[in-house]
Amino acid sequence: MSPKIKDTLFRIFAIFCTTLGLATLLILLVDITIKGITRVNWSFFTNLPSRLPEQSGIYTALAGMVSLLLFTLLIALPIGILSGIYLEEYGKKNRLANFIEINISNLAGVPSVIYGILGLELFVRLAGLGNSILAGALTLSLLIMPILIVSTREAIKAVPNSLREAAFGMGATKWQTTSRVVLPAAFGGILTGIILSTSRALGETAPLIVVGALAYVPFIPEGPMDQYTTLPIQIFNWTSRPQQGFVINAAAGIIVLLLFTFILNGIAIYLRNRWYKKTAI
Amino acid sequence: MVQENSNIILESFGTYKLRAKDLNLFYGQKQALKNISINIEANTVTAFIGPSGCGKSTFLRCFNRMNDLIEGVTIKGEVMIDDVDVYKNMVDVYEYRKKIGMVFQKPNPFPKSIYENVAFGLRINGESNKSVLDEAVEGSLRKSALWEEVKDNLHKSALALSGGQQQRLCIARAIAVKPSVLLMDEPASALDPISTAKIEELIYDLKDLFTIVIVTHNMQQAARVSDKTAFFYMGELIEFDNTDKIFTNPAKDATQNYITGRFG
Repeated sequence: MSPKIKDTLFRIFAIFCTTLGLATLLILLVDITIKGITRVNWSFFTNLPSRLPEQSGIYTALAGMVSLLLFTLLIALPIGILSGIYLEEYGKKNRLANFIEINISNLAGVPSVIYGILGLELFVRLAGLGNSILAGALTLSLLIMPILIVSTREAIKAVPNSLREAAFGMGATKWQTTSRVVLPAAFGGILTGIILSTSRALGETAPLIVVGALAYVPFIPEGPMDQYTTLPIQIFNWTSRPQQGFVINAAAGIIVLLLFTFILNGIAIYLRNRWYKKTAI
Repeated sequence: MVQENSNIILESFGTYKLRAKDLNLFYGQKQALKNISINIEANTVTAFIGPSGCGKSTFLRCFNRMNDLIEGVTIKGEVMIDDVDVYKNMVDVYEYRKKIGMVFQKPNPFPKSIYENVAFGLRINGESNKSVLDEAVEGSLRKSALWEEVKDNLHKSALALSGGQQQRLCIARAIAVKPSVLLMDEPASALDPISTAKIEELIYDLKDLFTIVIVTHNMQQAARVSDKTAFFYMGELIEFDNTDKIFTNPAKDATQNYITGRFG
């Protein structure tokens, strides 16, 4: 076979693979949209859950999701980002550091339901938090912590060492160098990590089912100790109902959830591009 | 690790800005600098020349203790500025580095505005008075011959400047805190000939204000800008003398062979 034919064949194969992936996604999107778009209207956002599909809404699910995310970020961001800064900028690069790095990467790959079981034992039972938002937020924090740490480290690693040398050469201390040079230069990357981990937390269902997010919550959570439900759980619940109306509701819920994820990822990509343009040397 | 030697202070006549005495430096087990002693006078330009890996950059970085940042480096001997041993424990390395400006091989402006780059050194010293900062920024940019080119764009990103302009900005940033010594590690090696000429002119002009030590691979450059030249080879200081003498009538064969291009 001539190299030229090989080249063409490979190109066709690559295009086929790409199309296959995209087409599957597209079919899913079209199917969901056709099924659910009619239900996406204002009352869908403001209605409480109901046993009648046409009167059901995602009001409590959205409120639960937003408060859950808020508490998750409140817990996970400081710990995750500061850990990343410490490991990359301050910690010694020795065998222990390598061991920690491998383990953090491994944690990022642990199935989320495992975190749910850990959260159930640790937060729900041992700490006695019950089916509260706080227990859910703590569990989700564990889940997104590895992503936050890894992305913070990557962002800091991408800051050229010549900038640190310049600052040290001027007599800047370690903290001045980190806070005034390294972190501003890494900010875009860290922010991207924050948004990506937020969108990961947004779509999680399995660990929340384990730690007791409820399927039917007719009220808005008012504090961290209240019970809650979230959009993915509401969708999961609707898909298991026999009535056709709830399937439509589920599709509509998926559209809303996808929209959220799209927006968050879009912001992440925008920030990443802007940041690279600003700091590329 | 550092030996007390009170004789050194008696020996000096107070005219030497920078001194090294029996300096040995190790990267782990590997010895990179061997028994280097040198006296550098104030307000002169000293060029360090030698083939790659001869230790000239490593030696330069002993003067502002930048080697501290590399793990596994051991230093024995004495390095002195104004007859104070910089490796003694009581020396605050951060305060000390403020007295010594450094310009690196590759221009490394911060991803901030031109103004903030030059003001950086003052800001980390806690200066926030705008008129003081303005004055320092303008003064430093004038000294580094960049003011006329950037005065209307002070708040634009430093990264938008050309390589040569960035390097002059780095010089302005280094001199903004009024150091007495300026260390330059191959400051023109990444620049085109026109930018290089500008940097060389600048070095000549800045000699009145600073004691300058410049590492260079370019022997014409050493001959053009320096008063004294030190030739390094395999971690040793082979010869240190007036630049004229080094380039016309060196005392050592190794120096002769290097400057005539027989090796290196």
